[in-house]
Amino acid sequence: MFDWRWDFTWDILPRLIVATGNTLLAAGLGYAIAVVLGLVLALAQRTPSRALTLVVREAIEFVRSTPLVLQIFFVFYVGPQFGLRLSPWTAGMIAIGLHYAAYLSEVYRGGLESVPKGQWEAATSLNLSTSRTYFRVILPQALPPSLAGMGNYLVGIFKDTPMLSVIGVAELMHTANAIGSETYRFLEPYTLVGIIFLALSLPTAAGIRLFEAWVRRKLGMV
Amino acid sequence: MSYLEFLGQYGDRILSGTLVTVLLTVLASALAVAIALAAGLMRLSPNVFLRGIATVYIEIFRGTSLLVQLYWIFFVLPLFGITLEKFTAGFVAVGMNLGAYGAELVRGAILSVPKGQWEAALALNMTPAKRMVRVILPQAVLIMLPGWGNLLIELLKGTALVALIAVADLMFQVKQINGTTFLSAEAFGTALIIYYVIARFMITPFMRWLERAMQRKLGRA
Repeated sequence: MFDWRWDFTWDILPRLIVATGNTLLAAGLGYAIAVVLGLVLALAQRTPSRALTLVVREAIEFVRSTPLVLQIFFVFYVGPQFGLRLSPWTAGMIAIGLHYAAYLSEVYRGGLESVPKGQWEAATSLNLSTSRTYFRVILPQALPPSLAGMGNYLVGIFKDTPMLSVIGVAELMHTANAIGSETYRFLEPYTLVGIIFLALSLPTAAGIRLFEAWVRRKLGMV
Repeated sequence: MSYLEFLGQYGDRILSGTLVTVLLTVLASALAVAIALAAGLMRLSPNVFLRGIATVYIEIFRGTSLLVQLYWIFFVLPLFGITLEKFTAGFVAVGMNLGAYGAELVRGAILSVPKGQWEAALALNMTPAKRMVRVILPQAVLIMLPGWGNLLIELLKGTALVALIAVADLMFQVKQINGTTFLSAEAFGTALIIYYVIARFMITPFMRWLERAMQRKLGRA
């Protein structure tokens, strides 16, 4: 029953390691989009316009409560229907970036709300412009409380990249599927994929906790 | 083809897919709750062996992707002599994955029940089992319910992945419809709205109701 083949394992390992690079690239790019777009979504809810706030809130709820894999399909297939062809990578990065932007905007929102009101008043009394208030006073203070959530979603986006395999992004899962269908051996590729994920996500999660503690110390917030 | 014609032609398939998705969600939720309780309690056990099993379980299922776990359970487990039918493999994978996240929720909630409650139960000479079931857990449930609301939405979203092992859920049906008609916006758009309706107008209100019911039961309403 248990017929793990080591020669086969060594044969496929290089391919899986190359694919791991793609997985990390996808997670990194998707996260970069999410970090920036999430901030935009969080700030968009703080404008004086009630209507904008409501629309953005509802859109975030919608993205958060529907499956990412469905969103990936949607972005990939709906474009061509209207004459806009997206590559799997582009569609995948848009979908995963948007999905996690919705999650990160909630993290930022919590961080922004944790900045005491006196900071705003102080910035106003110093006659700082709105953008200067945000960049020099509010955001630096909103960041440390957001770090834990941001770290969790970095690991989260990494673990969600296998969904990109459904539209043919050549990341780990896609490569494991390809190996499986070429050789009819599933034990080694799928197990290796699981091990690679564990080996990367557990230290990252631990590293993020250390980094968070370091930032808090650095900013004198212990 | 207008959207109404689309619904007329494919409505029954979308509906049957939705029912499968709901059924998967219910079964996986039941499994996730059971596993979360067991693993969460094991994490708090004084027995090193029990604690170790629960920790390894939680770390493995939280450290890898649901999709990897699903494929492993469906394609690799048969090599060990355990063949699960695809529907079963689907809800077992989703339930086990979310159960691991739920276990941490259970653990956190139990630990946040005030210390006085433990001491009072001890003073009343309750057995550890009775203390847990009659005093600690009911209060822990109230603390963890909001967290479960989020987890169940994650679980609903997770069930969409079982379409990839050809379980005929909502995701699978609209993927098939898209494959034959290329009406991607209609097919995937409809599914997105249905998932949203289930999450926002079924799961969330149900959890709110459960929270209020629990509060009344504990006399905290």
